[in-house]
Amino acid sequence: MAECLLRAGSVNKRFGGLQALSDVQIQIERNQIYGLIGPNGAGKTTFFNVLTGLLKPDSGRFELCGLPYWPSDAHRVAKAGIARTFQNIRLFPDMTALENVMVGRHVRTHANALDAVLRTRRARTEESAIRSAARQLIDEIGIGRYAGHLARTLPYGDQRRLEIARALATEPKLLALDEPAAGMNATEKAGLRELLVTIRAKGVTILLIEHDVKLVMGLCDCVTVLDYGKVISVGTPIQVQRDPDVIEAYLGRPHAALVRQEMR
Amino acid sequence: MSDPAASERANPPGSASGRPPSQVYAATAAVGLALIALPWLLGPFGSAWVRGLCFAALYVMLALGLNIVVGFAGLLDLGYIAFYAVGAYTYALLASPHLTEHFPALAHAFPAGLHVSIWLALPIGASLAAAFGILLGAPVLKLRGDYLAIVTLGFGEIIRIFLNNLNAPLNFTNGPSGITLIDPVRIGSVDLAHPGSVLGFRPSSLVLYYYLLVSMALLAMLVCIRLQDSRLGRAWMAIREDEVAAKAMGINVRNVKLLAFSLGATFGGVAGGLFAAFQGFVSPESFSLMESIVVLSMVVLGGLGHVPGVVLGAVMLAMLPEALRHTVVPLQEAIFGRVLIDAEVLRMLLYGLATVGIMLYRPRGLWPAPEHGVRRALARNGAPGPAVAQSGSRDG
Repeated sequence: MAECLLRAGSVNKRFGGLQALSDVQIQIERNQIYGLIGPNGAGKTTFFNVLTGLLKPDSGRFELCGLPYWPSDAHRVAKAGIARTFQNIRLFPDMTALENVMVGRHVRTHANALDAVLRTRRARTEESAIRSAARQLIDEIGIGRYAGHLARTLPYGDQRRLEIARALATEPKLLALDEPAAGMNATEKAGLRELLVTIRAKGVTILLIEHDVKLVMGLCDCVTVLDYGKVISVGTPIQVQRDPDVIEAYLGRPHAALVRQEMR
Repeated sequence: MSDPAASERANPPGSASGRPPSQVYAATAAVGLALIALPWLLGPFGSAWVRGLCFAALYVMLALGLNIVVGFAGLLDLGYIAFYAVGAYTYALLASPHLTEHFPALAHAFPAGLHVSIWLALPIGASLAAAFGILLGAPVLKLRGDYLAIVTLGFGEIIRIFLNNLNAPLNFTNGPSGITLIDPVRIGSVDLAHPGSVLGFRPSSLVLYYYLLVSMALLAMLVCIRLQDSRLGRAWMAIREDEVAAKAMGINVRNVKLLAFSLGATFGGVAGGLFAAFQGFVSPESFSLMESIVVLSMVVLGGLGHVPGVVLGAVMLAMLPEALRHTVVPLQEAIFGRVLIDAEVLRMLLYGLATVGIMLYRPRGLWPAPEHGVRRALARNGAPGPAVAQSGSRDG
């Protein structure tokens, strides 16, 4: 039914003696919320970093909206339409929340040094457009009251939201979130879930790394499970939840054997 | 800020710092009048003070240029004075008899001597400095912090040592003895070294240089403020704050860093050209490592990344030697009957003390960028919110 937004295949990445990713593949359809899960050290974040150009893969094929791309430069990937957040929040701490989001507009704007010095008409209109777009985003994401505050002074959950707002400012086709719910309490998680649904409703596809199984199960249309750098299961959350391989990866062999027996 | 509309735009509506335009105009006019009157007020105390102000203006330009690299983009540069040297020697060579004396072919081509106008030489010197900025920037793109500081320090020394030794076998720079007889600045028909009468007045050469250098410094300030409030300025700050996140936001870190190095160097190049014309003489000893450190201290002392703070730091440290000469020396003579501590020695002592004091008590500088979040929130709510309290309790 839906067209394919992101396709990555045969992705390999080796760190010295450790094969962090072996032949990983993933296919995300437009407007999905796609989950990437796996036990600690499974290679989820490595895959994220490869996908967004922060790490160079050893091999792999990457396609965004049918156009092949090679993730060699993070800024090119952002321009192509993938925006990301980080597992350990990476805001610009000594800039205001609004300025953080305004930086996100960088990749879709063009004023250069000369425009800035001469304050040309082009630069002025662009600057006010950047400001109002950022303002609108920060309001939509629900942290408008902090617009003038330095990013480092925001409460933890709102820093996570700000990071999402900043990523959205780049007008991504795919929003890649690395453990957005990490360290959040139950209320904040519920809020995040609502937020992700709203973002999806605006036509942004979401790729989500998450440990919180409840969040993933309730939210994702499709899930890929990684373990030791390999894809061990793909499917809807329900399918994946019942997959003995997944249970083995998470809970160990005895549990998996139990499930296998039941299935028989 | 000299552009009231700019200050309006720089602050979102409703912010506490967005003053009404009439106030901004009044403040600008007051500062302008003070700057115009200053040399006439200080004149009776001796020309050394006006001369000191001229150097202060040059240092303001240097500090603002270095602030782009260190303050905005967060790239520690300990060899910044090299760009000053490039600008100074460019003008010195283009507007002095040195080259025509040592290269007969050139003398043949320019029988009247090389007398390139400073208004042509400044852009040449600035572009050359920018090119050197890129030359320095390209190999150090991946370095940060201490490593970057060491490489830039080495670069600054390389330039100085070249200037010191490029007098044989072909005499390009005249080595340690430097280049003399550099043409002064000419504006139209007015020679700033021997002004004669200008529009009915008979101002001294120093006063005219003062006006020229202060206008250039103000121009540099304007450029800096505009750069800071732009897409490029935000990109620099993003790199300073978190390079990986900046990359992920689509900022081309390599280009933006090189732009910081080259734009910063441009300021140094312009200041250097003016310095050569003002002094009429350049030699490598003006461009020692100590000078780089002094300029860096101005930036750090004033307030890293905050344009008014940097200007304050530059003026303070530049005027300090003059102030010391006129206070400490007579004071010692009055008390002890002779000078125990030389003003120059005391200056370095005070620099050291000031640096330690700043690090201890005001790590963000004397006049740092306002923590706008706190101020605006206070203005809006009348009382600090939870986030404000949190930031307020943080020290520095």
